[in-house]
Amino acid sequence: MNFKKKHFERRHLIELFIKTIMRIALIIVASSLGLILWTILSRGLPSLTWDMVTQIPKGGYYMGKEGGILNAIIGSIYLASGGTLIAIILSLPIALYLQAYAQDSKWGDYVRLSLDVLWGIPSIVYGAFGFALMISLGLRASLLAGIIALALVELPIMTRAMDEVIRRMPKDLEHAALALGSTKFEVALRVVTRQMLPGIITGILLAFGRGIGDAASVLFTAGYTDRIPTSLMNPTASLPLAVFFQLGSPYPEVRERGYAAALILTIIVLLVSFGSRWLASRLNKYTVK
Amino acid sequence: MNQVNVIKTIQENRTKKNIFAQKIFFGITIFPVILTLIVAIALFFRAFPILSEYQLSDLLFGEVWRPNQGLFGFRPFILGTIWVTTVGVILAVPACLLVSIYLAEYAHARTRSIAKPILDLLAAIPPVVYGVWGLLSIVPFVDDVLAPLAEGRLDSVPLLSVTQPTGFGILAGGIVLAVMIAPLIISVTFEVLSTVPNDLRHASLGVGATQWQTIRNVVIPQTLPGIIAAIVLGASRALGETIAVLMVVGNVPNIPTSIFDTAYPLPALIANNYGEMMSIPLYDAALLGAALVLLVVILIFNILSTLVLQRMLRRK
Repeated sequence: MNFKKKHFERRHLIELFIKTIMRIALIIVASSLGLILWTILSRGLPSLTWDMVTQIPKGGYYMGKEGGILNAIIGSIYLASGGTLIAIILSLPIALYLQAYAQDSKWGDYVRLSLDVLWGIPSIVYGAFGFALMISLGLRASLLAGIIALALVELPIMTRAMDEVIRRMPKDLEHAALALGSTKFEVALRVVTRQMLPGIITGILLAFGRGIGDAASVLFTAGYTDRIPTSLMNPTASLPLAVFFQLGSPYPEVRERGYAAALILTIIVLLVSFGSRWLASRLNKYTVK
Repeated sequence: MNQVNVIKTIQENRTKKNIFAQKIFFGITIFPVILTLIVAIALFFRAFPILSEYQLSDLLFGEVWRPNQGLFGFRPFILGTIWVTTVGVILAVPACLLVSIYLAEYAHARTRSIAKPILDLLAAIPPVVYGVWGLLSIVPFVDDVLAPLAEGRLDSVPLLSVTQPTGFGILAGGIVLAVMIAPLIISVTFEVLSTVPNDLRHASLGVGATQWQTIRNVVIPQTLPGIIAAIVLGASRALGETIAVLMVVGNVPNIPTSIFDTAYPLPALIANNYGEMMSIPLYDAALLGAALVLLVVILIFNILSTLVLQRMLRRK
């Protein structure tokens, strides 16, 4: 009797203990987000000026003189938009194919496996691959090369996200459309893309956010310049590299601006993240429940 | 009669369009399947000059890295990668498992709905921002708090003795990596845990087990391969992380002996030297070879864990 009681108490103590350390672990993980945001905000805000976001670097900018990083902001938007566009052109057909034509097929499994594997390849390898292609073709660092490298980084992120939502498509809707005589292509185009639009947009913005923050893939491929690119063959600056390069400066003012650039990048990424959430919940009103 | 013909043509057109679209779409799906191979072949092709000139074992295990004298030993970089990744994974795994078990087994729906966006945001923060955070918070933290704490007390413990006084090094890199891979490990483990049917839990709870006993004796044994795969996935993510690690790890090509040492992981080597690699013979081949080594290791990790996870998650 006594033994039983003791056992009873002990396992409940363990239960309590485990629960407590689990909560502590959750708090640690959650507070690391707070710490990161607080560090970036408190160190970036003091040197964040209007000039930073409206001017390109002027002479002596990298020694602490006037100017801003508009070149990097615009460059990053170009790079990420271009990469996202190419990724959409490839992702949407792949995701639709997996749903419409390759349900439960061996080929569908291969494609999904390949996407998972591609998703795990680090962006530095895509950057090195882009660079290897460039030297083979005799090309120089350019906006186009950066866009292609980013498209490769974004492709698996976007396709997996789209596949994930399209798979949740209510089967009844699909069956109803097929029963009315639609072809699979018509179902994919007119039913799936509309019903799953909120999820598809979330996937696109997720990939865009990942693309705009990625440094390792554009390091080799897009180069860096103080000018805003006017053609696809120009090299272009990007925000992550603006942060990275300015932090390596021996001048404290320039390093401070690097923190401010990190803050700008963080704000853009957070806006994209919240924006996609908001947009998805708005668009959800127009789907069949 | 005429009308019937018109309808027939329309139908034929629609069928043709359907078949056409199917072919085009199928063609596009070939791209991701062969892309990995294309990347590997392109890197191999560019790295070939150095692979044909040196023995593979000399490259992988050589200790000296002096490209302008023709010495390309990857050993310090490979060891640096292994050290930083190991420290990152060791720091991340306990907390991540606890959090994912908590979210899957204990937490209220409300806690989950708060935790999910937090994890999504952690995953969305760009690597370079993690690097800035590491530089501003973690490096001083290692320097001011952890190193003095270990100094004198742990000097005799191998792997933990304080060797250099700046805060930059494996420990700082590992801490940053741990936070970066946490959202991935947590979300995959969470998914794996939720494949366990509730009936199993109820059966265990019904015979009087506590929740923790249920988790330990029923849920975890059921999902162990998936949990391991989640950790391997996190490790492979850590192996390839470039910018954030590069900013805090010190980048000195030495053979590390302690977590307070500096290191120089492979991705950092590739990223740091892209500027000068065209001016020294074989340098670009060596760096793209480094990318190839990284790719091969990560592919092995990835394919294994993905196969396990695909099998587990389909059970749902």
